[in-house]
Amino acid sequence: MHSDPASIKQGIRKYLMIGAALYVFTVITVAVNQVHLAVPLAITVALIVATIKGSMVATVFMHLSHEKRWIYGALILTVAFFIVLMCLPGFTVMDTIGRPSAWASAPPAHGAEAGH
Amino acid sequence: MDIPYTVETRPDTGLANGKLGIWLFLASEVMLFGALFSTYVILRAGSVTWPRGELNVWLGMVNTFILIGSSVTMVMAWASLKLHDFGKHRWYLLATFVLAGIFLVNKYFEYADHFARGEGPWHSTFLAIYFTLTGLHGLHIVGGMVVMAYLLGPGAKLYKRNPDQFTNRVEYTGLYWHFVDLVWIFLFPILYLL
Repeated sequence: MHSDPASIKQGIRKYLMIGAALYVFTVITVAVNQVHLAVPLAITVALIVATIKGSMVATVFMHLSHEKRWIYGALILTVAFFIVLMCLPGFTVMDTIGRPSAWASAPPAHGAEAGH
Repeated sequence: MDIPYTVETRPDTGLANGKLGIWLFLASEVMLFGALFSTYVILRAGSVTWPRGELNVWLGMVNTFILIGSSVTMVMAWASLKLHDFGKHRWYLLATFVLAGIFLVNKYFEYADHFARGEGPWHSTFLAIYFTLTGLHGLHIVGGMVVMAYLLGPGAKLYKRNPDQFTNRVEYTGLYWHFVDLVWIFLFPILYLL
């Protein structure tokens, strides 16, 4: 991270601009909510806006736009495990352990009986 | 014996130990909140109906504004130290502390309103996950306030002895604080709007 006074002063202007942009995006999120979109579309829009806001905080306020390799490495691992965590609900829905499967409960095929 | 690499960077990582330490801590925090977000998805996907408009959107929006404002003042507190302006740093850090306090007061009124109507975490699945997520987030706000109070109080003496180390401490506190703000940025839409 640059720490000479000139780049810090330049950074201050950026922090204020990002702060203002975050306010604007918050207003947009609430305004979109007032339109009463269909739930799937509302979720998509809200999460896209939240992701944009989150990226702004991470890259500018947390200085992730210019960090060292070790921090990026730790964060890539975190993101990978976070994605797995977010996929868990999907795995739960797909889980069929304990449920009778269609194959097991189907009546035996004609040809299979003839084979005995 | 002094703790090594508090200011100077390690030759292998190119980072001061505290910087890598706080990022690893934040990585564990991502997993903690991630588990709860995942729980939210399971509960919501598995429910027949999900309440909408149960929470006060405007109060949630005000709290979002407060936390964003506190993130700006926090980064300004760090930038002021980099510009060797300790007086300004203290004002910005105090502003961050006060904004965090206002956030908690708003949350208190929100919680009190729910409890007055008998709507505790036991009332519904939605309120159970709402209180869990916002309660944990609130605890993180309290944690941040404790550290800020230390940096405003007895911890400020370090600036005279070792200004670079003090600046690093403020930077690490700031990273934590921005993470708390980031979590709220996702909590606000999923709990208040969707």
